[in-house]
Amino acid sequence: MAGPLPCKITVVSTVLFALCTTFVGCNNGRRVGDGMDTEFGGFSVPLEHSFEVDDVAQFRVRGALMLKAGREPGVSLAPSHLSEEDRAKLKEVAAVDGLYRIRVPRVLLQADRQTERQLEGYLTAFVRACAMVESHLSDVISLHTDVSGYLVGVSIVTLPGACRGTEVEDEVDLEVFNTTLSIVAPVNAPGPETAFFLERMEQESEKKGKNPQEQKSFFAKYWYLILGGAIFLMVSNSAQPPAGGGREQS
Amino acid sequence: MAKLLLLCLKFIVLCSTVESVFEDQVGKFDWRQQYVGKVRFAHFDTHVQSSKKVLLATEKNVFASLNTRTGELFWRHVDMTGPEGNIDALLLHGQDAVVVVGNGRQLRSWDINVGGLNWEMVLDSGSFQASCLVGQQDVVKHVAVLKKTALSLHYLSNGHQKWIENLPESEAVDYQAVYSGGNGEVYALGVVPHSHIAIVAYSLEDGEIIKQTSVEAPWLSDIQGSCAVIGRGMLTCVDSPAVSLYTLDLHGQSEMTQIPLQSLGLEVALGFQPVLVSTQPNPARPPLSEFFLQLGPEHHLLLQLNNDQIVTLRDFKPALLVSFATSGEKTVAAVMSPKNKTACSLNLFSAETGRRLLDTTLIFNMDPFGGKPETLYVQAFLKKDDSVGYRVMVQTEDHTLTFIQQPGRVMWTREEALSDVVTMEMVDLPLTGTQAELEGEFGKKAAIQDGLFSMLLKRLSSQLILLQAWIAHLWKMFYDARKPRSQVKNDVTIENLSRDEFNLQKMMVMVTASGKLFGIDSKTGSILWKHYLENIPSNAAFKLMVQRTTAHFPHPPQCTLLIKDKDTGLASLHVFNPIFGKKSHVNPPALPQPILQSLMLPVMDQDYAKVLLLVDDQYKVSAFPSTKNVLQQLQEIASSIFFYLVDSSQGRLSGYRLRTDLSTELIWEIVLPTEVQKILSVKGKRPNEHVHSQGRVMGDRSVLYKYLNPNLLAVVTESTDLHQERSFVGMLLIDGVTGRIIHEAVQRKTKGPVHVVHSENWVVYEYWSTKSRRNEFSVIELYEGMELYNSTVFSSLDRPHAPQVLQQSYIFPSSISTMEATLTEKGITSRHLLIGLPSGGILSLPKMFLDPRRPEIVSEQSREENLIPYAPELLIRTEWFINYNQTVSRVRGIHTAPSGLESTCLVVAYGLDIYQTRVYPSKQFDVLKDDYDYMLISSVLFALFFATMISKRLAEVKLLNRAWR
Repeated sequence: MAGPLPCKITVVSTVLFALCTTFVGCNNGRRVGDGMDTEFGGFSVPLEHSFEVDDVAQFRVRGALMLKAGREPGVSLAPSHLSEEDRAKLKEVAAVDGLYRIRVPRVLLQADRQTERQLEGYLTAFVRACAMVESHLSDVISLHTDVSGYLVGVSIVTLPGACRGTEVEDEVDLEVFNTTLSIVAPVNAPGPETAFFLERMEQESEKKGKNPQEQKSFFAKYWYLILGGAIFLMVSNSAQPPAGGGREQS
Repeated sequence: MAKLLLLCLKFIVLCSTVESVFEDQVGKFDWRQQYVGKVRFAHFDTHVQSSKKVLLATEKNVFASLNTRTGELFWRHVDMTGPEGNIDALLLHGQDAVVVVGNGRQLRSWDINVGGLNWEMVLDSGSFQASCLVGQQDVVKHVAVLKKTALSLHYLSNGHQKWIENLPESEAVDYQAVYSGGNGEVYALGVVPHSHIAIVAYSLEDGEIIKQTSVEAPWLSDIQGSCAVIGRGMLTCVDSPAVSLYTLDLHGQSEMTQIPLQSLGLEVALGFQPVLVSTQPNPARPPLSEFFLQLGPEHHLLLQLNNDQIVTLRDFKPALLVSFATSGEKTVAAVMSPKNKTACSLNLFSAETGRRLLDTTLIFNMDPFGGKPETLYVQAFLKKDDSVGYRVMVQTEDHTLTFIQQPGRVMWTREEALSDVVTMEMVDLPLTGTQAELEGEFGKKAAIQDGLFSMLLKRLSSQLILLQAWIAHLWKMFYDARKPRSQVKNDVTIENLSRDEFNLQKMMVMVTASGKLFGIDSKTGSILWKHYLENIPSNAAFKLMVQRTTAHFPHPPQCTLLIKDKDTGLASLHVFNPIFGKKSHVNPPALPQPILQSLMLPVMDQDYAKVLLLVDDQYKVSAFPSTKNVLQQLQEIASSIFFYLVDSSQGRLSGYRLRTDLSTELIWEIVLPTEVQKILSVKGKRPNEHVHSQGRVMGDRSVLYKYLNPNLLAVVTESTDLHQERSFVGMLLIDGVTGRIIHEAVQRKTKGPVHVVHSENWVVYEYWSTKSRRNEFSVIELYEGMELYNSTVFSSLDRPHAPQVLQQSYIFPSSISTMEATLTEKGITSRHLLIGLPSGGILSLPKMFLDPRRPEIVSEQSREENLIPYAPELLIRTEWFINYNQTVSRVRGIHTAPSGLESTCLVVAYGLDIYQTRVYPSKQFDVLKDDYDYMLISSVLFALFFATMISKRLAEVKLLNRAWR
């Protein structure tokens, strides 16, 4: 029983770590000079969800996503509840292996005015309804933006993600969403690390420079080879005349 | 000095460690075929009587010389692609070939014997219109080039400009042709559409305008298409609405003479634009007064212009193609007329009289799976008895060049369609007859039908057949062993095709842009079958899929080619047998709706054909084959079939799920705003890829598990804003089932073109860095971490944790043309990237060098793991070139296929040339070397065996003796 626990912690921590790194990345990633002087307050867009037995999407508002635009975009969601009726329906959908979908409207996070923020269309994502039920409505929703702050995608996963067919007895478990929200901006991919490499090369050459053995000139290092070559050449030259003479005679 | 010597030493050391191909292995496992493309201009070399050269300028911007005896290339010059290298004109004079390149940008003269450049001149700007050789008093010394606004004359000997003159009223008049009849004048002919013809005569000596006339011609709009100069400077035009010929003497007339075709007793085929063909055998003399007039698709006339009178010399009906040819003083006309469905007959006629020459019939047999003849090039020569003999080169619609000698012997054919391969697959060869027999015996159906006794008989008979085959094989081996190696030839024909022991020989099914399909033996490169598909739209996109491999005897293998018109989206299917090229008897469904996506399912019908799903623009899915069995299977698994669509014009990626009634439902949607970035390509993984190890062993003996998501898509985007400070290349990794964005990265200050390889748990891409002005490689690797989430099965629906993403970038010292990764049977062998370089080399770069875990500072652990310390530059080492000196021009694609040997991967690079070879990324660990010493090992074995026998005997004797003591 003690075995799996530390592992889980490591997994969670790696996830957290990954999230942290992406947040750091998005700070660097923001384009400079976008006119961020004005401080905006947040604005909200509806987060809608749909779960139907016949799988024909009918989106209803699940809550309002409070988006904070600016240098460090943030997002929060007011805790929301599922009504008695919806809970029953969700369980029903889970029983037929239906889908639980969410959608958010496309928005531009960096715009100053409300009119510029809204774009046409929605971004949708889904999980299996049974996963939603079995995880007791604990989901992780991430909103992905592109470099200029457009919302390009939304993704939803539940924790745990598997459908094992375990029955959720307690109705209370399906009342409140336990949502983890984040905004993920694209990471700046690293370029070739030339500076560090050159530094290292310099250090190495310095190290070599300190070594007196290496400081010798070329002739000082290879005098024996050159001498050997010269002797060899001389010997072969001196050996040639008799051969040439021999040819002349014949 | 010292540095130089050191460099020399280093060079020697490097050279000595080269280990790619041994000299005696050249051409043993690889072959190359060189092509030139569809011919635009062809001229036979006539200045030497027994010359065997034909000069070709092609639509692929290639200028080449072919051996007319064998069809092989003497030499070839590959120019730039696109309009810069476009060959506008080819003029042949003596042993100089003058070529106008790049819309009149350059004028070049080549020596046709060796293919060397005589000279090259850069011409003034202006769009090219026409060119001709200019001679005087039987000597040709100049070449005239007509541009939109100017006419220039150049010396043939050195290319220097003799004079350049502006054309009068060039804004209003469209000058289209240039003509010289050898009388010291050069004529520029222009037209003001539907108004008049402008004729300007220049003096050859100094470019002075001698005469300038304009002639009313309200019916004329295009000189090049409807006019020709015939006889002593008679401009003859044909006007189809008025059904008449018009003639005009360039030397003095100011009005055109109308000759109605009816007065000659001729009629034009309905809706056909008549064409005039004249010939000027010597540029220093006026053209002949005989010419061809084409009145219908299969109707030609040989006419003569005689004192302003047009006389019909001969009426050719039906005649597909006609051509003039000159040898010495004699000019002949070759006429190709259809004989029956599969053959055409060619005849030679005297141009002066129109009489048929005796014994000049030549039969051209048309390939039933080829195209119709399109162009005719005739090489005429004088025989010893002064009669005219000839050979012809026929170009057909499928870009095949056939060279025929009398009386119909095909000397060679060149399949120039192969210069434009679009896609290909490698299909396993079928089993031999005996192997198939055995397979058939153990087939399920046979076992149920027959009784015990007949099964036994069958077994015995098949064993007998096997024995017989084995003895025959032994006999052949024994017989071949006595012959010298060079004489042993294994001619591969379609009959004796069979899989070899290690499945190294495969059938390459190649689809070309012209719509011709080829089946090529991968071992020798010989074309085993070809099939021309007619009515292929010029902008078609092709997708080739193997629906049934050869593994399901007695069902024949089956390939399906999806042909889609890029504009309308309408598609059609061609189903064929990849081994024999025959069209399958299976009727593909008609596809009335535009097709958005096609996907191959691993589901098979009862005949072992994989199911192909096609999604139309109403998001309805149709299956092929669509038998009851298939539909039933689809209903069962519908909820687990997902597919994605990409609409790059709107930047929309969307995911769909199949419903049981074969309709679909939208389940996820990602929108990349087109104002910011556009989608360049979406790459999934190859379905036949195997990954052997689930993780990597780290220095401390723990395991780092790979994130092996088979549904992962790599989406490459490029910024719409191309300013070098703000441009970027984006890489999105998206799960194709859930639409979850796994990773999103941007490479700033970079731009495309981007080449991507996506395999296992990594994505490698190459881009241009605008900041540093260099090509860079970047690699992304995905890891699950130290713990596997669900080790038994991967499901995109149940992977809540995002993978760890590692990325590193490198400088690459060359631009690249294409990139692919090696593929092996089980995925044990390490991977290499095969990179096609614009220089024509194919580089095999070990994936080991593109590893984001390469440490910047070397530690004990990284050394334990065999990681190479990070260096920002990837070097191109010469021994990594897998095609040594066999340059592959304009590589466009590389195809890799696994062989039966784990160590070996088959590689085909295609572009203008085709190159096939094998690569061994981890060396040949499962193959004995060629020079393996069997004698030594067997003699050692025997010696050991006897030694043990003897020592055993001795030991026994010794024991016995001791027991007696």
